[in-house]
Amino acid sequence: MKKLISAALASAMVLSLAACGSTGSSESTSAATTGDSAATAEASATDGTTPIKLGGIGPTTGSAASYGIAVMQGEQLAVDEINAAAGHTVFEFKFEDDEHDAEKSMNAYNTLKDWGMQALLGPVTSTPSLSVAGETVNDNMFMLTPSASAVDVVETGDNVFQMCFTDPNQGIVSADYIAEKGLGTKIGVIYDSSDAYSMGIYNAFAEEATAKGLEVVTAVSFTSDNKSDLSTQVAKCQEAGADLVFLPIYYNEASQILIAADKVGYKPTFFGCDGMDGILTIEGFDTSLAEGLMLLCPFSATATDETTQKFVSAYEAAYNETPIQFAADAYDCVYAIYECVQNGSINGDMSASDMCDALKAQFTTMTFNGTTGEGQTWSADGTVNKPPRVYVVTDGAYQTAE
Amino acid sequence: MDKILSASDVYDRMMSCPHYSGAVAIVLRFEVYYRMQFLSYLINGISLGSVYALIALGYTMVYGIAKMLNFAHGDVIMIGSYVVFFTFGSFGWNPAVAIILSMIVCTVLGVLVERVAYRPLREAPSLAVLITAIGVSYLLQQVAQLLWTSNPKSFPSVVANSSIFKPLQLFNGQLTISAETIVTILACIVIMVALLYFINHTPAGHAMQAVSEDRGAAQLMGVNVNATISLTFAIGSALAAVAGALLCSSYPTLQPTTGAMPGIKAFVAAVFGGIGSIPGAFLGGVLLGVIENLSKAYISTQLSDAIVFLVLIVVLLVKPTGLLGKKVNVKV
Repeated sequence: MKKLISAALASAMVLSLAACGSTGSSESTSAATTGDSAATAEASATDGTTPIKLGGIGPTTGSAASYGIAVMQGEQLAVDEINAAAGHTVFEFKFEDDEHDAEKSMNAYNTLKDWGMQALLGPVTSTPSLSVAGETVNDNMFMLTPSASAVDVVETGDNVFQMCFTDPNQGIVSADYIAEKGLGTKIGVIYDSSDAYSMGIYNAFAEEATAKGLEVVTAVSFTSDNKSDLSTQVAKCQEAGADLVFLPIYYNEASQILIAADKVGYKPTFFGCDGMDGILTIEGFDTSLAEGLMLLCPFSATATDETTQKFVSAYEAAYNETPIQFAADAYDCVYAIYECVQNGSINGDMSASDMCDALKAQFTTMTFNGTTGEGQTWSADGTVNKPPRVYVVTDGAYQTAE
Repeated sequence: MDKILSASDVYDRMMSCPHYSGAVAIVLRFEVYYRMQFLSYLINGISLGSVYALIALGYTMVYGIAKMLNFAHGDVIMIGSYVVFFTFGSFGWNPAVAIILSMIVCTVLGVLVERVAYRPLREAPSLAVLITAIGVSYLLQQVAQLLWTSNPKSFPSVVANSSIFKPLQLFNGQLTISAETIVTILACIVIMVALLYFINHTPAGHAMQAVSEDRGAAQLMGVNVNATISLTFAIGSALAAVAGALLCSSYPTLQPTTGAMPGIKAFVAAVFGGIGSIPGAFLGGVLLGVIENLSKAYISTQLSDAIVFLVLIVVLLVKPTGLLGKKVNVKV
């Protein structure tokens, strides 16, 4: 009973805090913008433009930290490049940690609003994005998430856009690709039933696989509370005779599955989505186990086109590590906004709400070329369309699958 | 027919008849196949259960003697695993040396936590101690995150290249029991027997029993209660180091939250077996692992936790002290 009461009190407190945030928002935003324009008056006097304040949210600590850090670095790199190229401050950038936690993400959003943010490039992960997206709709704040792929995120409102594929889209494209290339006849699936990302891909995949005549022989799941032992799930796939195991999960659990499969000598083709990106970077993981692993992922640092190579070398120079897909998505986010600055549709003197309306109009009409694909377009519902890319792990690196 | 056929006669006759032999052979092969499957799921379950049991031993011992739930136990396991990861995994030390060092680190940590966080609350209501334990648990997780970041590390098995412990192949290699499972079960049994001997046959063990039974009376009889409880934490934490090394050898992802969920499951196992009872912790742990894995295999991967806790509720309804728990008669 005590637990119940304390939980109720705690949630009431959180709600009231959130409510404070939203009611006070319009005032604080405008106050911050006016305060800010005073502060940057000198800067504007010399170059005649007010910087646009971009905010970012993502987990730089916690279980999903590698995604958040990559996004932060990708966004920072793009901002620095643009500012240096323009010769004046086009963008001011501030990034807040949310530890992949919905509540902390809301706090981060409110902090950024107090700072005077005019457009949000985040959050990085789906669950926090869902809660923040609701607030951005109330505030009419433009939200472009680099990597939160749950379809519910864009469905929250018409001000919410995605740089990455939606989860269902990844599932559909994966099933199409597997069917088209004949990668497997008996498909096993291991997914995380406690995770929106994994469920979203799995549901769409299962539907599309049936439509394409693929036989899903078994679909087994685990939950975030029950994932220390995944050997039974692997055994179920082996028992069902699956020759391709689809893993719409994050790389951490995927590495455990690869190890468990290796222990029992089970060698199907493993096929993952963008959450698999990062599996080669796990400290202590024997990457030879990932040999032959395929993943659907819009970006690879090994791609040879000019845009990618320019980005990869700049990123490596700045952070001394190879960028993952999340960094590329984040980098593209900033450049997509910059395209709207260059064609004159937005400037730093606009309020967050006016900028949101301008960006909405721009995103639904423009075609953007970035590191994660040529000819990217956005539908009015906020989802992105771009050609899929599939990679296969060969000799410990991604190679484009033919 | 002049004689009653035995089962083997029937089998022989059926096999000699060309119509039946094929069908019978298929049926038999299926039966063998499913029995193998069942055994392999069972062994996976025992493997997981033995890890729970090892963690539960530490839980139950601290509860039995200090009468408090040390929720930080799972996080001491995590710290121990990191020590082994760096000494054995990164520096390439001998695994035995790495585990002994990890036991020393965990012992110091356990005693320190007891001294700083729990001893000042010895006379406080048990709820206050419980909350403090949860606080310590989060503190350890956050410190680990600061020190070693949250990026998952893949833990190398401490028995992978051992010359003593080899995976056991049964039925012409159709069934494999991994070296990790063998070592975990052996370690569990050895530790359980040693603990039982220690508690029943040594002066320090008798002091522990006395403190467990009646703290006030034990103090009046000249038992140093603080020292006894410190010793309990020292032993419990040293066990945590062993449990950590074996947990991560079987399930190789190491990150600051690694100890949290197995810790809670082990606590459930300890309650299941009868908290405070050392053989109960072992039994509860193994049963929990087996139930969890068989329900994953035959009922639903999604509902396995629900089934585990349902069994727990049923057991506690029938036998509130757990499977091997002692019934305490309160005299008025």
